[in-house]
Amino acid sequence: MRHSDLTTALTDRTAKTFLGILFGAVLIVALLNLLVPAESGLHVSSYTVSLLGKYLCYALLALALDLVWGYCGILSLGHGAFFALGGYAMGMYLMRQIGDRGVYGHPTLPDFMVFLNWEELPWYWHGFDSFGFAMLMVALVPGVLAFVFGWLAFRSRVTGVYLSIITQALTYALMLAFFRNELGFGGNNGLTDFKDILGFSLREDSTRVALLVASAVALGGAFVLSRWITGTRLGRTVMAVRDAESRARFLGYRTEHYKLWIFTVSAILAGIAGALYVPQVGIINPGEFSPLNSIELVVWVAVGGRATLYGAVIGAILVNYGKTVFTGVMPEAWLFALGGLFVAVTVFLPQGLVGLAKSLLKRKRQPDATDKEADHEPA
Amino acid sequence: MPRVLLLIFMLLGASGTAVAQTSAAPADDAGQTTMASPEGEDRPSESVAPGVSKEEALRTSLAKFKSRDFDVKAEAIETIARSGHERGEALLQALLDRELLHDLAGDRIVLGKQSEQGWALRDPISEEDVGSAEARAARPVIINNRLRQQIRDLKSVTALANPNPLARREAAQRLVGNTDPVVLDALRARQAEEANPLVKGVIDTALNIAVLRDPASQLNERLNAIDAVAGSLEPAVRNVLRDRLAQSDAAAERNAADRALKKIDLRTERYETADTLFFGLSLGSVLLLAAIGLAITFGVMGVINMAHGELIMLGAYTTFVVQQIFPDGHEWSLLVALPAAFLVSAVVGIVIERGVIRFLYGRPLETLLATFGVSLILQQAVRVIFSPLNRSVVTPEWMSGALQINPIFSLTYNRLYIIVFALIVFFALQLVLKKTRLGLQVRAVSQNRGTARAMGIRSERVNALTFGLGSGIAGIAGVALAQLTNVGPNLGHAYIIDSFMVVVFGGVGNLWGTLTAAFSLGIANKIIEPMAGAVLAKIMVLVFIILFIQRKPRGLFPQRGRAAEE
Repeated sequence: MRHSDLTTALTDRTAKTFLGILFGAVLIVALLNLLVPAESGLHVSSYTVSLLGKYLCYALLALALDLVWGYCGILSLGHGAFFALGGYAMGMYLMRQIGDRGVYGHPTLPDFMVFLNWEELPWYWHGFDSFGFAMLMVALVPGVLAFVFGWLAFRSRVTGVYLSIITQALTYALMLAFFRNELGFGGNNGLTDFKDILGFSLREDSTRVALLVASAVALGGAFVLSRWITGTRLGRTVMAVRDAESRARFLGYRTEHYKLWIFTVSAILAGIAGALYVPQVGIINPGEFSPLNSIELVVWVAVGGRATLYGAVIGAILVNYGKTVFTGVMPEAWLFALGGLFVAVTVFLPQGLVGLAKSLLKRKRQPDATDKEADHEPA
Repeated sequence: MPRVLLLIFMLLGASGTAVAQTSAAPADDAGQTTMASPEGEDRPSESVAPGVSKEEALRTSLAKFKSRDFDVKAEAIETIARSGHERGEALLQALLDRELLHDLAGDRIVLGKQSEQGWALRDPISEEDVGSAEARAARPVIINNRLRQQIRDLKSVTALANPNPLARREAAQRLVGNTDPVVLDALRARQAEEANPLVKGVIDTALNIAVLRDPASQLNERLNAIDAVAGSLEPAVRNVLRDRLAQSDAAAERNAADRALKKIDLRTERYETADTLFFGLSLGSVLLLAAIGLAITFGVMGVINMAHGELIMLGAYTTFVVQQIFPDGHEWSLLVALPAAFLVSAVVGIVIERGVIRFLYGRPLETLLATFGVSLILQQAVRVIFSPLNRSVVTPEWMSGALQINPIFSLTYNRLYIIVFALIVFFALQLVLKKTRLGLQVRAVSQNRGTARAMGIRSERVNALTFGLGSGIAGIAGVALAQLTNVGPNLGHAYIIDSFMVVVFGGVGNLWGTLTAAFSLGIANKIIEPMAGAVLAKIMVLVFIILFIQRKPRGLFPQRGRAAEE
């Protein structure tokens, strides 16, 4: 199944099913929230709408990671950094939208700057009052960081666990930096108290539903884009790099260029996920940079199943749903469950739930065929 | 280096005076204000003289404390200190501690401790129980700051005769800058007979400062004094020189003071550098301890053990538990904690290896994830068992305090011991790897697993043992870290990224590389810290390593040969 153009990526069976389920579910939730009165048992609360929107952002983030890990073999433990950077770009726009409605009522400065006795807006905050500029930064900041970082790393052939560790160091360093008040991003507390986006109040149900739909559109778009990318010649080369980098290099491919390209695209997707995430949860703080977040994200992809794209989405939604349930019912057990999940998935389910489902289906179809799945798993 | 020599001199001096002192001991009643030996011949007559009269003199002096006049009290303090009575020092201490009372009912001066019923009274000289008094029927003898200072000075003067040169030096140091004529007389007397060069140096400084402070001193006296104190690091010297620079009307003196101050600044700067280096080394040795176990497991098996930090944490908690088991054994319980921590962490490590990592060889990224899962489980388990709050471990007496090299430079013992301990662990590990059969097998497997197996090495067993060894060292690191920081569930987490940076920076599979990396990162961190702040220093070091790895992806000391190929 080779997709060489965008239309096939959009119309093949997997894509149709995925997009159908995604938009169907979002549509139902949206209608149940907006049209069904609150007293009715069928009403979906706006909390659930935002929660679902949050899951979709996580799913987009997982998709981005799957693109580099599943298809290119780069285990990035710092993807949370790109997510958070996109989130901060959006957060800065939302802060500027507060205007003089902050606690201190300053016409331009956000509350935390007034609190720190700052006289004027730092230069890098200029322009964020425009939505267009902010959206550009949502893509540009993570993209440029990934490009520079990847250019340095891939050019000198940093691979495997080394790469994983330095990506982790990257997000750790960013976390420490963002915790500082002097950096001008609100320090420990981050950016919060948002009022409205594009003139629509963030408290309105309709805005929440619109954000949910926007997240679904972004996820669907990213899914189609990723399927298209992996189907092109370039995507095929990326997979060749994953499976045997030296061989691909000896065949004349500049492997570092392919890796850099896919890494940057993935970082931009992660940034977009962060930007959609922030208005729905109402806060962005340096905790998003914590290495734990980035590594948790890896387990979503692992649970779903690598190199399938929809597996990453399923994994992200399932694990996060589990987290919501667990932390509500018995918070102290969540880390046990998460830790157990890491171990169980890597030891027993190297292909994730999707791989498990596939092999079960195959076994059903040809009862005596042995499971050959394990023989050609990606390194 | 010269410092070390001086220290040795001092110790030699110590043993010398100690001998002299014991021979003079029978005559000397616990070394009171009177100075040591030369007047030995006079002494017997003094102490043979009926104790009663001496006691009576003391009682007379004590009675003066009934007065409200501070001058009378000052006189009493003076006479008590000079009485040479063995109770003198204890009584002055009691006065400082507000335990010397005026018993209003019996109109006498007694010792007393406050109890629930009132005061439990004791005789000031015989310490016999002399009954009790209502809370209001007695009140502590009141002293003011001047008297307090007087008592402290007198105590320091007394301590100048202490057989231990360290105590003498401390006493002299306390008296530096003091211009009280009584104190100066005592210092001069001591200066004449002091044999230990370090103590003598401090006394000289104190006397020279007195000369500079004395308005009646001659210009050439002052110039000599300035020359003599130039380079001394006592804060009092700097102050007096500044004053002379500002107040003196002789140009020669101002110049001399200026020169001396410059010299002091230079020396201060040098010691500040030494201080930074020391802190860097101690941070480096913490990093070394944390990273060295990781270096083995990563180097030998190519396995990233994200649970390494939690193995360190287990070691720290073992220390805590051992201290709970032996509540009275703070001084020696570390000796129990070390092997216990090694065992606990090693066993957990072997369980991790046999239970999880064994199934994941050849898939380093999956190993990373699985061990991360293990680390979460261990962390949470500790939270459930010991509560999420930090626990504190008691530092034994011999590890607290500091080795005071000079007034501005001291080495804290716990950091000093950690540096030594880290090096011991490092060399012990080198020894294990170089001299034992296990070490040989470990090196063989790390160089070429296939060939090692072909030579009959059971690589599975070597894996498990290596992992146990690396984990056990993590446990030992935990014992050391417990002395420096709080013991909490996040202890390990804080060190894991740093440890990886050290291993990767130094080059995988090379313990010397790990050593170099740990110390250079530690020192770099401490050099940047005062300039940029702790957080920024950390960020800068991280960014530096990220850039460094891009230049040299295999670290400072890459493994050569085929083993380095993928």
